[in-house]
Amino acid sequence: MLELRNLTASYGAITALHGISLSVPPGRIVTLIGANGAGKTTTLKAISGLLRARRGEILYDGKNIAGLPTHQIVKLGLSHVPEGRMIFVNLTVMENLQMGAYLQKDRQAIQRELDYVFATFPRLQERRQQIAGTLSGGEQQMLAIGRALMSKPKFLMLDEPSLGLAPLLVKTIFEKIIEINRQQGITILLVEQNANLALEVSHSGYVLETGKITLQGDSAALRRNPQVRSAYLGG
Amino acid sequence: MTFKHAKLLLLAALLLSLLISLFAGRINSYVLFVLYAIGINIILAVSLNLINGYTGQFSLGHAGFMAVGGYTAAVITNQFGDLNAFAAGALFFGALLAGGLLAAVTGLLVGLPTLRLRGDYLAIVTLGFGEIIRVIFQNMNAVGAARGLSVMHGYTNFFWTFGTAAVTVYVVTALVHSTYGRGFIAVRDDEVAAEAMGINTTKYKVTAFVVGAFFAGMAGGLYAHSIQFLTPSGFNFMQSIAIVVMVILGGMGNTPGVIIAAILLTLLPEGLRWLAGIPSLPGIAKAYPFAWVGNTRMIIYSLLLIGLMLTRPQGLFTWKRRPILPA
Repeated sequence: MLELRNLTASYGAITALHGISLSVPPGRIVTLIGANGAGKTTTLKAISGLLRARRGEILYDGKNIAGLPTHQIVKLGLSHVPEGRMIFVNLTVMENLQMGAYLQKDRQAIQRELDYVFATFPRLQERRQQIAGTLSGGEQQMLAIGRALMSKPKFLMLDEPSLGLAPLLVKTIFEKIIEINRQQGITILLVEQNANLALEVSHSGYVLETGKITLQGDSAALRRNPQVRSAYLGG
Repeated sequence: MTFKHAKLLLLAALLLSLLISLFAGRINSYVLFVLYAIGINIILAVSLNLINGYTGQFSLGHAGFMAVGGYTAAVITNQFGDLNAFAAGALFFGALLAGGLLAAVTGLLVGLPTLRLRGDYLAIVTLGFGEIIRVIFQNMNAVGAARGLSVMHGYTNFFWTFGTAAVTVYVVTALVHSTYGRGFIAVRDDEVAAEAMGINTTKYKVTAFVVGAFFAGMAGGLYAHSIQFLTPSGFNFMQSIAIVVMVILGGMGNTPGVIIAAILLTLLPEGLRWLAGIPSLPGIAKAYPFAWVGNTRMIIYSLLLIGLMLTRPQGLFTWKRRPILPA
């Protein structure tokens, strides 16, 4: 579904990704783990066009999308939940969700998506008239994911969904991520610092270190890998 | 407020301003001049609020757009002699529109390359742009350069001023409250997230800039035909700042608040005019023969502004962000 070939990206003079290649098969959850500054967020930004790739190809359904502006990439069914729950704090929950369906013109389709989001996150329905900035951290994360679902994506990129959340909430969010993948068949690329959890929910994974992929494989195999265990899983 | 009601309100405002303008002859001309200034400042502040308040792009160049509109409209009407009321009205309307359109084109030209900048950088670039416009007029002999330009016709009246103000308020409100318009607020709240939602953020920012510049240009035309004399220094940096102050004081993204602030900040310097009289009292003039005493009014005005900003940084008329409705 998505394939990166030799992708290089940089912030000014600093190269953050040194030619990474990875592939995400349809219907799967693939995770990208690694330490701070390894280039995980950069990879997602490059895919969604928020950062322009220097070199390499980003193949989405066989089509090279590198260099397209973000709003056109979103149109192709690729949705990005940015790090740090970037919701629109001055809009209500409902308005945030409507912004997510910005490119959808079919009202019935929007209503269907809305019903699905509310069914997945009942808390959002309770708070639909509330100003998003006044939601709790977990609710904001739910809103960020729900908003991304509103665009009816085929491919969803989640950046650190566990960031700053209480352990119990992290569990809920990850259950929802699995549910979205299983029920809707949405392919997911998950970036996560919590490697343990990420490898638990995903089918396969990639380990990123200072802009290079150092390990890859089946999630279960990665969890048993001694290198991964000592570096990311705490022994 | 539904869209339908907004249209009715607009119509009512237009009719009311037409009605009042029929009786304008009975109003003291100084009062009338201040009223026009209020209307013009409402147009300027509400249109800048679309850029600074709703879209979150800090622009300091509004006086530049005003200058473009003002000079354009003045040059057009100056080509004509005395006309009958109907022809004069049509000419003035055309001139105002032309001024607005040229200002909008200027906004587009400035906006396209600069709106990729954020925050402080955009503020500096727009500030520079405003000054460039002013310097261009200052050196343009066709419009009198630094000597200024006499505007032959005092076409500005109550109807045109407040009619344009009503249309400005209507357009900005309708734009922001539409589904399309939520994009402006989304861009302000989080540009990255807005982009990730599939919003063409550049298009929104340029739209806000162009619409804002258009109305600033109309305001410039009204100003030109009210004061009847244009000088480049009338459109300097301080004029841009004065409009920004109205927006901040009224509350960013709060149109009713910004309107009230525009009214207050137009009246305040007028209300303080008596202070300028102090040094002319014989005893005081002898005791304090300093030049600055003549500007007491502006010192007090500035102090009031500082006080207001310290006590109500969120804007004078912003109590809540927005009402939170029960779920």
